[in-house]
Amino acid sequence: MRSSNLRIFLLGGLLVAIGLAMLVSGFASSSPDGLNKVAEDHGFATTARQHLFENGPLAGYAVKGVGNDRLSTGISGLIGVLVTFGIGLALFAVVRALRSDRDGSEPTRAP
Amino acid sequence: MHIPDGFINAPTSLAAGAVAAGGVGVSLRRAAQTLQEKQAPLAGLVAAYIFAVQMLNFPVAAGTSGHLLGGCLAAVLVGPWAGALCVSVVLLVQGLLFADGGLTALGLNIVNMALITAWGGYAIFLLLRRALPATRTGVTISAGVAAGISVVLASLAFVVEYATGGNGGAPVGTVVAAMVGVHTLIGIGEGIITALTVGVVLGVRPDLVYGAADLQTPLVLAPKPGDPAREVS
Repeated sequence: MRSSNLRIFLLGGLLVAIGLAMLVSGFASSSPDGLNKVAEDHGFATTARQHLFENGPLAGYAVKGVGNDRLSTGISGLIGVLVTFGIGLALFAVVRALRSDRDGSEPTRAP
Repeated sequence: MHIPDGFINAPTSLAAGAVAAGGVGVSLRRAAQTLQEKQAPLAGLVAAYIFAVQMLNFPVAAGTSGHLLGGCLAAVLVGPWAGALCVSVVLLVQGLLFADGGLTALGLNIVNMALITAWGGYAIFLLLRRALPATRTGVTISAGVAAGISVVLASLAFVVEYATGGNGGAPVGTVVAAMVGVHTLIGIGEGIITALTVGVVLGVRPDLVYGAADLQTPLVLAPKPGDPAREVS
């Protein structure tokens, strides 16, 4: 019961993340962020070098070859959410496997 | 707040890379001790959620936007150690796949946006929790305010890095004022998003929230008819 609840919670959360990355991302502000604005205003924006993967297939949250901006951003967001979720699941499964005590007891938690 | 290649010189970036590697190593070891089994998949979801919300730049002032950093949010949900790892995963994916955040600046970005927001944010969260009532509302407000302050801490970390090895010759004093000013505004957005998210998770599955573990009511045995409920342990 509890574990199925957890699965539903995780699935719901993932759908929310996908919805935000695919649909809401198209309405995001395209103005420079705080750091980039400060860099522009104070004359060090020009020190930025081109990213090594500037021409990668997903560079700049756009899918190469997709003409429609909103669609391009949305698909790149979907890919990003799924890749991040996959890497996160794998990483934290490894983290759990790193436990030194194998007796299965849960440590007391903060705070 | 992703630093591109070039803003900060190579020695400073390298030093930050060493600090980031050490911080991620500590986080891996400590997360292995503190992360509960049911929280492991949640931590994966938190990383994916932060990636999604980081795409949602909101306007903060004329011609300026900001987005969630998420370290404090992640720390409240899955603990400061796993939380720092969540944001590090996001930064790695953004740097490698989306050309967002320079590769030589990955260490700088992990220090500022993962370690400082997760650890610093969680420390502030704990202080606020002591001052506020031990209720879901108290946890939600503590998370939001701590998250907002964590953004300013991250902007100050950038200033330290810029003062140490910044290119372009901008006076540190003006960079401090500008960074803290704009990131105070972005922090308000960070606080609202963090409080909303923590509030929703507390409403749906309060048992999953690391920073609210003390709020859990003990298990209660089903009472016998006519017998008052007894608490277990």
